[in-house]
Amino acid sequence: MVNGKKLVVSASPHLRTKTTTTKIMLDVIIALIPALVASVIFFGPKTLLVTAVTVATAVLSEYIARKVMKRHNTIGDLSAVVTGLILALNLPVNVPLWIAAIGSVVAIIVVKQFFGGIGQNFANPAITARIVLLLSFATHMSGSEWVAPLSWLGKADAVTTATPLALYGKEGAVIPTLFDMFIGNRAGSLGETCTVALLIGGIYLIARKVISFKIPVAYLGSFALIMLIAGFVKEDSVGAALEYTAYQLMSGGLMLGAFFMATDYSTSPINTDGKYIFGVGCGIITALIRLFGSLPEGVSFAILIMNLLVPHIEKITTPKPFGTPKKEKKAKEADAK
Amino acid sequence: MAEKKSLGKEFRKGLIAENPVLRLVLGTCPTLATSTSVANALGMGIAATLVLICSNIVISLLRKVIPSKVRIPAYIVIIASFVTIVQMIVKAFVPALDESLGVFLPLIVVNCIILGRAEAFAGKNPVIASAVDGLGMGVGFTMALCCMGAVREILGAGTFLAGIKDLLAVFGDFSFNGFTIIPEGGAISPMLIFILAPGGFFTFGILMACANKLAEKKGKPRAELGGCQACPMAKNCALLADGKDCSEEKEDKAV
Repeated sequence: MVNGKKLVVSASPHLRTKTTTTKIMLDVIIALIPALVASVIFFGPKTLLVTAVTVATAVLSEYIARKVMKRHNTIGDLSAVVTGLILALNLPVNVPLWIAAIGSVVAIIVVKQFFGGIGQNFANPAITARIVLLLSFATHMSGSEWVAPLSWLGKADAVTTATPLALYGKEGAVIPTLFDMFIGNRAGSLGETCTVALLIGGIYLIARKVISFKIPVAYLGSFALIMLIAGFVKEDSVGAALEYTAYQLMSGGLMLGAFFMATDYSTSPINTDGKYIFGVGCGIITALIRLFGSLPEGVSFAILIMNLLVPHIEKITTPKPFGTPKKEKKAKEADAK
Repeated sequence: MAEKKSLGKEFRKGLIAENPVLRLVLGTCPTLATSTSVANALGMGIAATLVLICSNIVISLLRKVIPSKVRIPAYIVIIASFVTIVQMIVKAFVPALDESLGVFLPLIVVNCIILGRAEAFAGKNPVIASAVDGLGMGVGFTMALCCMGAVREILGAGTFLAGIKDLLAVFGDFSFNGFTIIPEGGAISPMLIFILAPGGFFTFGILMACANKLAEKKGKPRAELGGCQACPMAKNCALLADGKDCSEEKEDKAV
């Protein structure tokens, strides 16, 4: 009974979902709030300033780009806010604010709007922006610039330290305990340190069906498996290998990347098989960069490389519609022609 | 055969409408490699233009002598001779440029623009038209390189025209050696990525879009992927003249 009429004849679709882009993006923002709160606790109120700059610049860039290109405005779908937020969580706390702003401009204008806006970008804007910043301003983005957690409470302006990934395996280095790693009491980018907050956010997104569990599980699973083997080769005992794997899983930007960046709709495959291939690929590349690469961290590069492979993954995982002839038959028919 | 045109038109087409780098997408490799600074770009552009004009003239003169079966080797020999001459001149008078361009100076031999013009234009047209075509294409190449060089140098190194002193050394001793736009050790540092290869590709793509827009304003077809009619080279294409399409040919091969 629609509008009091018994029979309504209309063209499909008949079933409509109430989900909109704005609602999905709002869910992602909600899921990122625990990580943001944790980073304010560990790295101080400057976190909020960095976040405000990236989000404001991202929204402004989106508005200006759409206006200049004479397209309808899309700042209402909140995707620019999410990009700005994720980018902020990828930056160190003492990053100069103008660098954070450049990151947002690169993410929104170069990576997203030049390719047609939301849904059209071939690579994750926040990841690409992070890599551009890393290659452009190496001293500000990594190296000895990491601020020790909770140092904002003390008298000194900032105490710098190295990240656990850079410390691990060095003689005499004091690395955080596994518990510290879990709650986020370690050096690193703003949003990547607190494993528990990221897990809460990730599980919220999976429970709300915003993201599927397939990519994070394939990513983390394949990564853990390789690290377990590597740990066993290195330490020669199962216990030490497990500890090594746990450290590796909770360090760097792995959790943030696996739940929030690898699962980006427009830059990850649609099919189940494709999602598993994508996740496993990310896991393998991350592990290879961490084990053999010259950089300590490889999550962003792994996700970017797999982003570029997505069209090919889609091609090989396209399901065959029921009843269509087999491939060889098609080729033979073409030959006969 | 290309239709008859005035010499002015032959010259102007190389600038925007058929710009070798931004519209025909030829010579991408030297473009990306030597556009890290304006001085390098200018040096590379002038060297390539000289080779292009000379080789176009000689190839056009010999166009009725060279048998078409061996035309490519013949063109390469002619081009290589001029590249050798230009390289010797550069080594003698601007050694600093020779050092900064490195292997890309001798590699002008295999520059697609020069061989492309020999094949598409000089091999079929009279001498004066070929020389003007070479000059137009060379100026277009130099312009595109300098635009890319300016963007990459200002954003990536924070300077403009740095190293121009070495280039001006031919005309005498100048104290002018470019501007510093972003001072070293200041609050703002240049974006290193623009000097690196990825920044080169960013700049390349954005400039290509601009050239596309400019050409579209003048009523020329947009350069698009696929679709032979939209190709800026359409009127020189032998396949199209036969009423075929290179996309059709590819499909035939795929099956």
